[in-house]
Amino acid sequence: MNSLKPMRFISAGLFTAIPCTAILGLFLAIGSTPRAFAQEAPDVGPKPPVVVKPRESHIGNITGHSADGKSDYRRYCAGCHGDYGDSNGENAIWLDPKPRDFTIATFKCRSTLTGTLPTDEDLFNTIGRGLTNSNMPVWNTFTKQQKADLVAYIKIFSPRWEHEKAGTPITIPAEPAVTIDSISHGKALFTKLECWKCHGTHGEGDGPSASTLTDSKDNPIRPYNFALGKNDSRFKCGSTNQDIYKIFMTGVDGTPMPSFADVIQPNDAWDLVHFLRTLQVNRHSKENEVLSAAHGVIPPYVDKTPAPAAAPADSKSPGGGQ
Amino acid sequence: MRMWAQSHLWQKPQRLNSVLAVAFALTILILGASTSANALPAFARKYGLRCSACHESWPALNNFGLKFRDNGYQLMNDRDAPIWQNPGYWPVTFRITPIWHRVSRLNQVDTYDSTTGAITGSTAQRINSTGFDLSGLDFHTGGTLEKNISFYVLPSSDSTGAFHFESVNARIDNIGGSPWLNIRLGRFELNNLLSEKRTLWLTANGGIYQTYHFSPVGDGNIAGQMGANQFGMEYMGHSVDDRTRISAALLSSNSGNVGLIMGANSYSGFFTFDQAFDAGKLGTERVGAYAFVGEAATYYLTDSSGGAGAVPIPGSGIGNKGFSRVGFYGQFYLGPHFDLNVVTQHGSDNAWFGQGYGDAIATDGDGGATATCSSPVNGPGCPPNNTPGTTLPVGSQAPTWNGYTFEARYVYSPQLIFKAVYEAERMSQQATPGTPSNLGNINNYSIGYRYNPYMTSRSGFAYFGEFNLFHQDLTGPINSAGNPTNVNTSELLFGIDFDF
Repeated sequence: MNSLKPMRFISAGLFTAIPCTAILGLFLAIGSTPRAFAQEAPDVGPKPPVVVKPRESHIGNITGHSADGKSDYRRYCAGCHGDYGDSNGENAIWLDPKPRDFTIATFKCRSTLTGTLPTDEDLFNTIGRGLTNSNMPVWNTFTKQQKADLVAYIKIFSPRWEHEKAGTPITIPAEPAVTIDSISHGKALFTKLECWKCHGTHGEGDGPSASTLTDSKDNPIRPYNFALGKNDSRFKCGSTNQDIYKIFMTGVDGTPMPSFADVIQPNDAWDLVHFLRTLQVNRHSKENEVLSAAHGVIPPYVDKTPAPAAAPADSKSPGGGQ
Repeated sequence: MRMWAQSHLWQKPQRLNSVLAVAFALTILILGASTSANALPAFARKYGLRCSACHESWPALNNFGLKFRDNGYQLMNDRDAPIWQNPGYWPVTFRITPIWHRVSRLNQVDTYDSTTGAITGSTAQRINSTGFDLSGLDFHTGGTLEKNISFYVLPSSDSTGAFHFESVNARIDNIGGSPWLNIRLGRFELNNLLSEKRTLWLTANGGIYQTYHFSPVGDGNIAGQMGANQFGMEYMGHSVDDRTRISAALLSSNSGNVGLIMGANSYSGFFTFDQAFDAGKLGTERVGAYAFVGEAATYYLTDSSGGAGAVPIPGSGIGNKGFSRVGFYGQFYLGPHFDLNVVTQHGSDNAWFGQGYGDAIATDGDGGATATCSSPVNGPGCPPNNTPGTTLPVGSQAPTWNGYTFEARYVYSPQLIFKAVYEAERMSQQATPGTPSNLGNINNYSIGYRYNPYMTSRSGFAYFGEFNLFHQDLTGPINSAGNPTNVNTSELLFGIDFDF
């Protein structure tokens, strides 16, 4: 086999490569304009105004480190959330809803009570799940370590993580069986708690208050439309019945969606979950099966307590099949 | 296509003059074609993501970008349908790559009598040339027509301004709500884990993966090049997180040329499987395997009515013979900054291909037929045709070979990447006994970098530089002693790669 004569060949290449490296240097110098730097991340552009402390996250037996999350944050997150986590990435102006502002550490999807910091696992799950009806993708191609590092990194942006501890996750009791009575009770709660004012009587996100809603930064915000979803439908913070339970018991911080933890009892909350599922009329669910077995009619809820506040006379009655 | 050019370049050592004469032109063609990567600011604009979200270094995909592509260019976040876009949004990206390069290659050069000026013979001589240049222009357009229905069209010009359709396909994804059922129809890149269309390389020999295009010297099979975009239908399935991926494609054995110009009923199949798994702090590792098996024609009817000799009739090919390419993929991350991509291949062609049968229909590489052979088929200078009664030379055997590609990347930051690739192609059995065992063997080395001075979702811009060394045994010009030399070509290239 004939052999390559590498030294002669390589030396010829190097002879040319050396002056061309100078050309490269010129290219790089030209490329390093102030404008370019202005869009870059903290480690190559202007230094952050505040010296941040390294943070950690703990998810199971995985420990995330903010230093390890920096590169991925720049790569995947900074375009929307901003290099400084202040939701001022170059794409933020085009997004609706706006990206999360990590500097105020207010998070929508939590297992903790309203007003408290989420657990590391809450943030970890949000990254992997994405946020439906927004531009936040499902980052489920990341390794667990990557997600843990990113959780640690976004904690550097707010001093709340230094002074506060994450809230305690709420306890979710076992789900009772779905019955037409639980759906009926849930419907009554939907009316009593005035969910319809935002979500609409049929859960289509068209309640009388829907058009007036804004988030905590005064950006317009739309209530969830239950009716749109099909079998692959997701909520902002999950897709299971447990997730729905958690959403209205903890609230969606930063939005008008309050926490109902102080208002309803756990079993009542499950009834509300069962009713909400029937608003997803295009989704196959055990709740819709029960409703179908009842010929699509939700019977009036019989209760000895005083009658709930009535819906406006001209509005449709909530619930599927009526 | 450049793959055709590549294979034929090494098939006809007896016609070195003509082959080497077009080498430079092919180099330019190859360079132009190799820029047809799929990096779309149109996608970034649609979703508001930086290029780096999907590209380890544009245009090479990372795992998230791979999932985006496997989902039919969708993020699966309920914002995929076009109705979510501003009516003025048009999913088009232009890409162009102005360069400066230096090419050093060995040519067969005429020698002259110093007094009379008459040609006295020829010799091998190295030619070094430098200059500013321009690769082709790509018009990428792709996206969703409706949720789970998407398209990709890539009209591309080479440096001469000639246009061809590099990719034209439509796909239906998540059929029945399952990520395991996706169908694509048209001309598309095969499901190669190490994508040549998204390569980080732009030099002529470094800008393609030799393993994807290798063909033994004198081999006539043009259908077995897995780096070429192919016509066919592909089934693809993947897990929700894209960790597990499978695909099976039924292809016409025509190397991606339009018009059924090759075999009348020649098909091949391309099958892949790969599995990724988390390796803690190392990252996501992925391993897989592929098989490209099929048949291609070796016999064409001819037409001599035009007086130009027995010209093969496009579309009349029969006498199918088999070929196969099988191998393994590996993508190994060794921490957040370094990854190594490995592709292996064991290739085999039927003995008829090994003796040069199969390429009687010349193609221009851009989807058209060009009957360039004016002599009777089987005549001097023309490829052989498996006409009735033809027999193979005594001792003819199926050529086999093994190929290896190792590509390493060091991602210093999302903006700066250093890269290196080494490829080795080794013949294990020549078609004709007595042929030097190393005839056609290849060593290919490239090193380089890409630097993106900024990162946004509105455009892509990179400074890049590369150096490539290409070596092939015994396929170079004839030296003064009358012996074939080795091909030793080097190319140094700097430029700007941008799209918008």
